[in-house]
Amino acid sequence: MNHSISLTVNGARRDFVLDDPRVTLLDLLRERLHLTGTKKGCDRGQCGACTILVDGKRINSCLALAVSHDGADILTIEGVARGDQLHPVQAAFIAHDGFQCGFCTPGQIMSAIGMMQEAQAGNDPERIRECMSGNLCRCGAYAGIVDAVLEAQAGADESNQRRSA
Amino acid sequence: MKQFDYVRPATVAEAVAAAAQPGATYLAAGTNLLDLMKGGVSRPDRLVDVTHLEGLDRIERLADGSLRIGALVSNADLAHDAGFAKSYPAVAEALLSGASAQLRNAATVGGNLLQRTRCAYFYDTASRCNKREAGSGCDARDGENRTHAVLGWSKSCIATNPSDFCVPLVALDAIVEIEGKSGRREITLDELHRLPGNTPERESALEPCDLIVAVRLPPAARGFAAHARYLKVRERTSYAFAIVSAAAALRIENGKIAEARLALGGVAAKPWRARAAEDVLKGVAPTADAFREAAWRALTDAKPSGDNAYKIELARRIVVRALTLAAAGTPARIPALPASPFASTSGAIHA
Repeated sequence: MNHSISLTVNGARRDFVLDDPRVTLLDLLRERLHLTGTKKGCDRGQCGACTILVDGKRINSCLALAVSHDGADILTIEGVARGDQLHPVQAAFIAHDGFQCGFCTPGQIMSAIGMMQEAQAGNDPERIRECMSGNLCRCGAYAGIVDAVLEAQAGADESNQRRSA
Repeated sequence: MKQFDYVRPATVAEAVAAAAQPGATYLAAGTNLLDLMKGGVSRPDRLVDVTHLEGLDRIERLADGSLRIGALVSNADLAHDAGFAKSYPAVAEALLSGASAQLRNAATVGGNLLQRTRCAYFYDTASRCNKREAGSGCDARDGENRTHAVLGWSKSCIATNPSDFCVPLVALDAIVEIEGKSGRREITLDELHRLPGNTPERESALEPCDLIVAVRLPPAARGFAAHARYLKVRERTSYAFAIVSAAAALRIENGKIAEARLALGGVAAKPWRARAAEDVLKGVAPTADAFREAAWRALTDAKPSGDNAYKIELARRIVVRALTLAAAGTPARIPALPASPFASTSGAIHA
């Protein structure tokens, strides 16, 4: 049986007919839309490389059936920059060497963007480490990742202050 | 992953009817179920997707002072609800000590209650497991079993329940609301999970088609808000299952413990309520001696199921520490490392 679903992916509405309900959001993004920035690491919800935002919240796309997310609004790494202008979290990862091989980086960045929206960690490095623990980095770039998130958070705090002033 | 039939009912009644087909199982977020399906551990013929059902994603304060949590409320939304964390701090701390932020955003209250054991032999389809395949045997008994059960286990199964959330919930007398073939009924959370005995494949009191629709905390559960903690020892400080955990909640009046609640996680096939320990704390001053006595009572019946005798002494110490921290008072904010005995702000000394 075919299942028709609609998703908004990086701002654009996309319609799909799924001939198999087993397709995960991760496989749909990579195989059907060729958005290969979202990585398949463990495919079991353990590494965080597949992190995307669904309706504004970060989740593991490998453990989400596409058919169950009919109507969802999805943001992937391909949708965070504005043209050539990097998202502040992307820029901060470059400034602080928040990666080495880069495989986990899209997931790290999506997770950091989601974390900043959750507003639980603030600028406390210990809380940031805890809130980012769902993203593994086998190169061990964690120190740079935490510094990048701290800088991005400081930038967001500053622009919030400017806006409210 | 085995092929399955997918249905998305519009109402709870339709969901219960759709689940009547043999081989059907409910799908909520799927953070545990999809993983099990990918590994061939769970092989449902039909998934009944309940994620689009109306009205199951609310947190409601009832007139009698109870709190009703819809089964589809996410673990993160519940833990971060300011009113919830203030009234039931040990539950919020337990939730935040579990899994990762991504998983907590997806995973639901109902799903958390029904998550399956993390026994490696249950996950490995090449191993014998009485829980996965009734009567096939248990390779954990002579295998790597240092994290396995020390209470309530049987020769058939030594697996543990991995939930953090359920540990403070069972201490606070949580009630589970169930919709089934013959309508609505409710049971205590303590009754939901079964000990293995000779039938470890039957993990809960749920019957076919039963759908958990809500979890309720009775009015008395709010009375412990000032002195409640969850502590969890794991092999790394974040994003790991408990080796041993404890939820401790005290109601202290005039320097004496008016009422104590204590439950352990990671030690049995169910969240383990330690009523004998609660009894010895009633009416006494919150002293180190009283807490050591309680810890001793909590583990009286414990025995190793393999290379895990250390868990008994570890559990005693975690009980003492959790009670000590609870007596000191619930922190104003959940610590940066939730439930960690190693948190720099815990203020506790080694028991």
